[in-house]
Amino acid sequence: MSFITGVGLTSYGKHEGLTSLDLMSKAAELAIADAGLKRSDIDGILCGYSTVAPHIMLATVFAEHFGIRPSYAHAVQVGGATGLAMTMLAHHLAEAGVAKHVLVVGGENRLTGQSRDASIVALAQVGHPDYEVPLGPTIPAYYGLVASRYMHEYGVTQEDLAEFAVLMRAYAATHPGAQFRQPITVADVMASKPVALPLKLLDCCPVSDGGAAFVVSREPTSEARVKIRGCAQAHTHQHVTAAPHLSELGAEIAIAKAKAASGVAISDVRYAAVYDSFTITLAMLLEDLGLAGRGEAAARVRSGYFGRDGEVPLNTHGGLLSYGHCGVGGAMAHLVETHLQMTERAGKRQVRDASIALLHGDGGVLSSHVSMFLERVR
Amino acid sequence: MSNARADWTTGHEAILYQSCGTCGNVQYFRRGFCAACGGSNLAEKRASGEGRVYATSLVCRAATVETRAHVPYNIVLVDTAEGFRMMAHGDNKLAIGDEVQARFTQFAGGLIPYFDRRR
Repeated sequence: MSFITGVGLTSYGKHEGLTSLDLMSKAAELAIADAGLKRSDIDGILCGYSTVAPHIMLATVFAEHFGIRPSYAHAVQVGGATGLAMTMLAHHLAEAGVAKHVLVVGGENRLTGQSRDASIVALAQVGHPDYEVPLGPTIPAYYGLVASRYMHEYGVTQEDLAEFAVLMRAYAATHPGAQFRQPITVADVMASKPVALPLKLLDCCPVSDGGAAFVVSREPTSEARVKIRGCAQAHTHQHVTAAPHLSELGAEIAIAKAKAASGVAISDVRYAAVYDSFTITLAMLLEDLGLAGRGEAAARVRSGYFGRDGEVPLNTHGGLLSYGHCGVGGAMAHLVETHLQMTERAGKRQVRDASIALLHGDGGVLSSHVSMFLERVR
Repeated sequence: MSNARADWTTGHEAILYQSCGTCGNVQYFRRGFCAACGGSNLAEKRASGEGRVYATSLVCRAATVETRAHVPYNIVLVDTAEGFRMMAHGDNKLAIGDEVQARFTQFAGGLIPYFDRRR
């Protein structure tokens, strides 16, 4: 068994003057304190990567900087799925007895540490260097391609996609740490600047500075017992050119395996934390995971299904779309928020019941997937 | 298999692909083996340039000086007549399902494939 025993999250947006290591350190300190532990209790470290300050040994760079001498440490790179992939690994490390308390940490000054153009260029390199990158695609274009096909096959409209941006913004308005808190409407999304059609500016997550961390432990360290019930991954391709058909993407494979590993059914899920780099990402993943029927996720947003008082509240911190996206830390904020909800510490964002949560991360262009179920145990 | 790849990725007006003599798989990303069966009995072939549009995205916000000069440009995925999928540029008015034919054009300092609707 393993438990998420502590979480830490900075605000997302601009952190002028802070480095990736600074942001990782801030989040790590919060998480360790939240778990009721000392730095010296941490015997395992998993970290992601920083596009601003790339390093071939980021985990030990961080460990030295932070002042920890762990018995297990390395970085993990799975794009947007990195946070949950690290959590899955930490879970297995704790279960296997390799480490007692694994610190999982990500942080990057992606907004102020480099230009937006530099970020976009760096991220576009997930494309094929010979067969895709010379064509001048951007990450929004890769997802724009997927969006066009998904909309074509399932009758989803741009207005449907806009609903997800509006929902995430409404949640972000209630979180003081969110990067964008000004409410928006479907009309605002439709009128926002075209980026890579059918995706417009408000269909895309921002670039942010921020950090997030959590501690995964073999035993609970407090009464707030959030147990990792089960998790699974699937990797079907790297490049969008080589992606399988929409009905064969990795999210469906990962969730099927996670359900089998945990014995949890989708109907058991009370809270969802789903990767939302773009509105299309969230729409597709919700449908792939079975949280909505094909082409029906937007209707569920409109009916309040994913609202705070709805059947399955979703990304109540505002998600990548409005809380912000600082790289590896981006989707880790989803898990931090889930933990706060499950331990009834989400303040005015608190939902009625988050006893069983489903988390899902996606890296690349729907290339790498991690599904995970968490349970509050009493 | 020679190491010289005489296709658009090296500045030649051609779209090449590989066909596996063992399992029949066709692949676009060139490698020294068949990604389906692992075999090395690969033939390099030249594609006709005919295909059908699978997906499109009109890029309106580019990130480099060179590519910004071209906006808006349409990135397309095309399912070729030979059975592989490829990324290219295409006419801004292309829609999913359109029958298309490739030509070549210059983009940001390099040669790229560009699809027009077939008449």
